[in-house]
Amino acid sequence: MTTLLMIGTRKGLFLARSGDRTAWSLDGPHFAMNAVYAAAIDTRPAATGGSPRLLAGADSEHWGPSVFRSDDLAGSWQETEGGAIRFPEATGAALVRTWQLRPAGADQPGVVWAGVEPGALFRSDDGGETFALVEGLWQHPHRERWMPGGGGLCLHTIVSHATDADRMLVGVSAAGVYRTGDGGKSWEASNTGIDAWRMPDERPEFGQCVHKFAAHPDRPDQLFLQNHGGVYRSDDFGATWAAIDENLPADFGFAVAVHPHRAGTAYVYPLVKDEHRMPPDDRCRIYRTSDAGETWEPLADGLPQEHAYVSVLRDALCTDDADPAGVYFGTRSGEVFASADEGASWTSIVRHLPDVLVVRAAELP
Amino acid sequence: MTPGPATVHVRLPASLRAYTGGRSVVDVDLVELGEKPTVRALLDHLAGSHPDLERRIRDERRRLRRHVNLFLGTDNVRDLSEQDTPLAAGVEVAVMPAVSGG
Repeated sequence: MTTLLMIGTRKGLFLARSGDRTAWSLDGPHFAMNAVYAAAIDTRPAATGGSPRLLAGADSEHWGPSVFRSDDLAGSWQETEGGAIRFPEATGAALVRTWQLRPAGADQPGVVWAGVEPGALFRSDDGGETFALVEGLWQHPHRERWMPGGGGLCLHTIVSHATDADRMLVGVSAAGVYRTGDGGKSWEASNTGIDAWRMPDERPEFGQCVHKFAAHPDRPDQLFLQNHGGVYRSDDFGATWAAIDENLPADFGFAVAVHPHRAGTAYVYPLVKDEHRMPPDDRCRIYRTSDAGETWEPLADGLPQEHAYVSVLRDALCTDDADPAGVYFGTRSGEVFASADEGASWTSIVRHLPDVLVVRAAELP
Repeated sequence: MTPGPATVHVRLPASLRAYTGGRSVVDVDLVELGEKPTVRALLDHLAGSHPDLERRIRDERRRLRRHVNLFLGTDNVRDLSEQDTPLAAGVEVAVMPAVSGG
């Protein structure tokens, strides 16, 4: 068994591989000088004897964005002639960046979702080779009033309900959470209980600067969400949210990830606050809850505990699907830490990369 | 094949030659660009013949990408008539990445 870790950075994609999750080899950069904000390991083809498919959204400062795929574990990359993701002419929009590539569940082979800037959702039915705009969200009357966050008007998070593929949530900065119950035809804002940041109304229908959220497939209605300020949980698939950050040292941050096997276990990386985006006490610590946010424990063994000013972006924290679970995060200062024991201890596996934007891990046969 | 006199030469930086089979220059017959050949007609032509090259120069709205410059001789077409800039036989259009980034 090999564990593959995709590491998207501001200047290219790197791949780390390990047979034991202790010793790692690194290759890259692929797409050198392209910012790789979106990466995905689609393991569904392996279930039917195929090769896992790697997907990467890479954008060049000069030559624009593109989506690449590889069916030989990054031995070669292909892109779709004319581009996999294109806005229809009638929209008057142009793709700025692909922020998220998300293979759907095993019951929807071939379906891959893409979240992009400017604020839109695309669907592929051919494993990420071609995508079509989800018009229902694009036509939403709120969209014209969405305001871009610091990273741009990005659709950065896509969560499908594990037992009902018609139910989905997306996150847009800084519009908040939107949900559909009919496979994307219609959408409504889904921010009840989430504070807005720097808005005259603290609880508007939309306008929240949601940074990331995640759900566990075994408890599909439960979500964990890292907001611009505040960590939240929903137990009704996003209809309502409640703060669970009372026992965290800070409520600001970008990333959140769930344990692959244990519902109710999630990981965050707190930062002091909006105006001071560094870890509390200058110590690099992941926080884990094992009781759905009632309590949190710091995980620091192996992480820098003095003069650590590192931050972790919204997609730069992930878990793999092994047992015990591996947990990974990459920093804006180009270092990647890995834990093979669910976060109890950590090792620096790569240093001196460009800023890490996204990490994705999976066990490969 | 030696290009005829009624040809526009598109010169490409190394980073775009992956989309032309390694060639640094793409020659386009002027006759392919209609009665009033322009930069827009040239790029529209490339969208058909070299789609993965063209989409790196223009976005899907067919606007020039912000950090891409096209030079006609020493003139940036943004200082001329942008995509409406007329093209004459024998001219060279050089595609250049703008100086940017970090």
